[in-house]
Amino acid sequence: MTLLAIKDLSLSINGTQILHNIDLDMQAGEIVAITGESGSGKSMTALAVMGLLPQGASPKGTVTLDGTDILQTTEPDLCKMRGNAMGMVFQEPMTALNPVQTIGNQVAETILIHEKTSKAEAQKRAAAMLHRVGLKVLPTRYPHELSGGQRQRVVIAMAIALRPKLLIADEPTTALDVTTQARILDLLRDLVREFDMGLLLITHDLAVVADVADQIVVMQKGQVVEVGKTKTLLANMQHSYTKALFKASTHTVSLPDTVASAPMLNVRNVNRDYPAARKTLLGAKPTFRALHDISFQINQGERVGLVGESGCGKSTLTRAILGLEDVQGGEITLDGAPVFTGKRPNLAVRRKMQVVFQDPYSSFNPRHRVDRLITEPFHLLESPPTGAAREDAIAKALTDVGLLPNDATKYIHEFSGGQRQRIAIARALIIAPELIIFDEAVSALDVSVRAQVLDLIADLCRKRPLAYLFISHDLSVVRTVTDRVMVMQAGKIVEQGETETVFANPQNPYTQTLIAAAPKLPDLGVAV
Amino acid sequence: MNRNLIIGTVLTLVFITLAAVSFIWTPADIETLDIPNKLQSSNTTNLFGTDHFGRDILSMIMMGARTSIAVALVAVGVGMALGIPLGLLAAARHGSLLDELIMRGNDLVFAFPSLVIAILITAVFGASAVNAIIAIGIFNIPVFARLTRGAALPLWERDFILAARVCGKSAARISVEHILPNITNLMIVQGTIQFSLGILAEAALSYIGLGAQPPTASWGRMLADAQTLVSIAPHTALVPGFAILLMVLGLNLMGDGLRDWLDPRLRVVRT
Amino acid sequence: MIRYALGRLTSLIISLVVASIVIFAVIEVIPGDPAAFMLGVNARPDTIAALRAEMGLDQPLITRYLDWVTGLLRCDFGQSWTYKTPVAELINDRIWVSLPLAIYALILSTLIAFPAGIYAASRRGGAGDVTIMSATQLGVAIPNFWFAMILVLIFAINLRWFSAGGFPGWDNPLQAIKSLTLPAIALALPQAAILARVMRSSLLDMLGEDFIRTARAKGLSRRQALWKHAVRNALIPVLTIIGLQFSFLLAGGIIIEQVFFLPGLGRLIFQSISARDLIVVESVVMLLVFTVIIVNFLVDLAYAAVDPRLRTKA
Repeated sequence: MTLLAIKDLSLSINGTQILHNIDLDMQAGEIVAITGESGSGKSMTALAVMGLLPQGASPKGTVTLDGTDILQTTEPDLCKMRGNAMGMVFQEPMTALNPVQTIGNQVAETILIHEKTSKAEAQKRAAAMLHRVGLKVLPTRYPHELSGGQRQRVVIAMAIALRPKLLIADEPTTALDVTTQARILDLLRDLVREFDMGLLLITHDLAVVADVADQIVVMQKGQVVEVGKTKTLLANMQHSYTKALFKASTHTVSLPDTVASAPMLNVRNVNRDYPAARKTLLGAKPTFRALHDISFQINQGERVGLVGESGCGKSTLTRAILGLEDVQGGEITLDGAPVFTGKRPNLAVRRKMQVVFQDPYSSFNPRHRVDRLITEPFHLLESPPTGAAREDAIAKALTDVGLLPNDATKYIHEFSGGQRQRIAIARALIIAPELIIFDEAVSALDVSVRAQVLDLIADLCRKRPLAYLFISHDLSVVRTVTDRVMVMQAGKIVEQGETETVFANPQNPYTQTLIAAAPKLPDLGVAV
Repeated sequence: MNRNLIIGTVLTLVFITLAAVSFIWTPADIETLDIPNKLQSSNTTNLFGTDHFGRDILSMIMMGARTSIAVALVAVGVGMALGIPLGLLAAARHGSLLDELIMRGNDLVFAFPSLVIAILITAVFGASAVNAIIAIGIFNIPVFARLTRGAALPLWERDFILAARVCGKSAARISVEHILPNITNLMIVQGTIQFSLGILAEAALSYIGLGAQPPTASWGRMLADAQTLVSIAPHTALVPGFAILLMVLGLNLMGDGLRDWLDPRLRVVRT
Repeated sequence: MIRYALGRLTSLIISLVVASIVIFAVIEVIPGDPAAFMLGVNARPDTIAALRAEMGLDQPLITRYLDWVTGLLRCDFGQSWTYKTPVAELINDRIWVSLPLAIYALILSTLIAFPAGIYAASRRGGAGDVTIMSATQLGVAIPNFWFAMILVLIFAINLRWFSAGGFPGWDNPLQAIKSLTLPAIALALPQAAILARVMRSSLLDMLGEDFIRTARAKGLSRRQALWKHAVRNALIPVLTIIGLQFSFLLAGGIIIEQVFFLPGLGRLIFQSISARDLIVVESVVMLLVFTVIIVNFLVDLAYAAVDPRLRTKA
């Protein structure tokens, strides 16, 4: 029977049209995935089903859950349905839980709100539910004592405590590592089968969609552009946007061959320790070893990838290579000179390296114009260009990354996320460094924009020899833009080698887990 | 532009104008006493009436505005000039001994309310407007230091600061080039609030005799003089009180208005 | 938890030590010869010598400081020069006006501010919110001592509900509380205005947090989410302000005592300043600062009660 039927749903918020005539049907026990890029309206659709639209929203059409039209239901009745007939899991597990309440109480609250039962009984059922979602800590713990994956399990337990008919999950695994993601997706799939729920999964990740969904809904700019059973849709895409989307997520670039060259960056037996919190009242401060005997080289013009999950030491390594922090053992040299020189940075070494960060929104001082932003590395030069030479350098840097010279006078808020990453690359390239570190540089971008930025990187490699260290948690991206790859786990490099060799035939068990956990798009029946 | 900003700015400008005009003209000379004409209520020669010495209250208000504004403004200046650099320094050296020292120092000053500092200074040096400035100014230092540090710390976590460090820029240079421009709005808004608190504090100190001394006119002193007369000549207490109220209200509205106009997410502190 | 409390206790002690050094330095070092200062220019040399001996000024600074501090620990604040009685007695007579007044005002301020702030936040943008916010805008701008004068004018002089000033002592607690009521209201209302604004904005911050959305998805109504999830989290910044306000209430009390002719620490301190009795000033200031530091310590402990994240962290 039909569990959820959305008919002709349109939505405007304070006069701006967000959704246009959405139609969607799902059955009990079915997993329906809504996918699309940011701004496609997929999250708003989910909130409309929960009856949790923001203030100023005026929806039209019908959203019928199990015979009840949500849009016509009064707020008190909606409160009775939320958590009971429908539950929701959100993207960010770190902030989704109340920091001052125990997890057991937060799960029990769902039960106490809807059922007349004793507090003790609710606690008991909450503990059972926490156990069911695979959480192995006591219900008396507070959220800050749990990892992201554990917290997401708590949120799931809260959402399904009363076995709702419909579970909505809005990007439930986006903030998680791939291995955690795989386990959470398995859990959701099991729960759907066991409770015979419908799962409405909102995700931008097409590989996840292809992996778990029975039915796929593709959205673009507030409209549904294509709907179909997963197998059918994957085999036979109709809409050009769907095709473009899938094509972009499997986008590969072709890098020019590297020529055999001399070593440039040399990392030898590096240890990095951080002071940790005292365990006993008076004991010595213990240290936490974030990097453990790291050794590798990067040659001139070589493209090296670094993969690993959050907390494995990737960012620590970046800071150490950039010479921003000292190391407690071993040494890091660039062209033979140490990168860390105490308080006074050695500009001669520094000017050979630049970095591109993940978040296009925090990478730039919002108070400066683009010309000032991208010329910041000139600080490293002994005689930075001035006047016309400076203008030329700015214009060239901007055109090199596909922007216009007169973008120089704009402020950063006038650019989209993809354009900002181009500006970040322009800033990195303006002093023609030997090595660029891409620190999750494409991770925050939508797939189509990501494909364009990857093309730009490949293009730049063809124009001039460019060595980079490409740090990412996304295996498919690393696979296409690097010659050699290193796998990091808990502060150690557990495997390194030619990218293709490592991916095709991983030797280390961790690498094998990582590759197995990453959801993969099946070979598609479209010409890519 | 919003309503708060307009009303607040107009009110503030009225008092600043009154203070400025007092330098060249006041309705009456307040240094000559006119005892027979004392405690007159509002009339054509004395718009707000006269006090117990027969002095024109409007003229006293104009002269008092000068004292209030001067004391509060200099105290805010002192707080900003010392507090902002300290806050920037603490944020730049976050977690270091220096940071700890600055923050502990802040906590310590917070344990000495302006009034207590004024008591200490007065006990040893005697009362004066300068003491009021010092007392209020000292208390403003930790306000700005703490606010600056609090606003600067999240900025230090941002990638653009890391990019600047990669470009070899020193912490001092980053503080000036990148941190300061991003906290200016907050400082302007907080400065307005501290200005208004300074007006209140100056009035309180003068009222209990720890601030400006006669013959310097001040709103707080006017209220102290009016205290015993409040039942026979209420206007002597009402006029200076409303002057303080309106000036402070104007500055607060201006602060709120500025915040809404510059950046509604700014978090100011009010104590 | 214990480690957190011990950490706060350590910084409490350091603050007290540094504060005492500062006060000692200002009062006993900066004037040069405190005895000559206290007695003024016309004092006879033998009187000065007598006072010098009594204050122990012939001792080295360190000894004098240690004597003073160990005296404080034994509640021995020295002998007042003008009153010729132990300072501890003078303080004991007066603190039972000043401290109850500050606490009374704090209770009033909290009782007014919490409901007002919570109500305004829950009706954000509505008529109730706008009214409360306008009222607090006025409350923040009113000088409390002037407000006190207006209260006297209305409730004591015109309506005759309260006496215009004075304090009958604690023999009759009801009368005592009644005579502290107008002063407490004068102190509390401006502080309540500030506190209500902080409460409201802190709550609105919390209402925008993800965990409120999670609570709503569980089926809590807007009001339930506010009470069960937002209020406790919003208390964390509000506690800071309450701690700071106590010191303002205590200090503000000194001013308000002047309006109502209350025999509290304020009266004592002003009389001592005009009599140049530094011994009294020094001890009363130390007592005020001590109280403020203790209250801040209690606020820190209250943080840990509200926020479990502090309990596990060092």
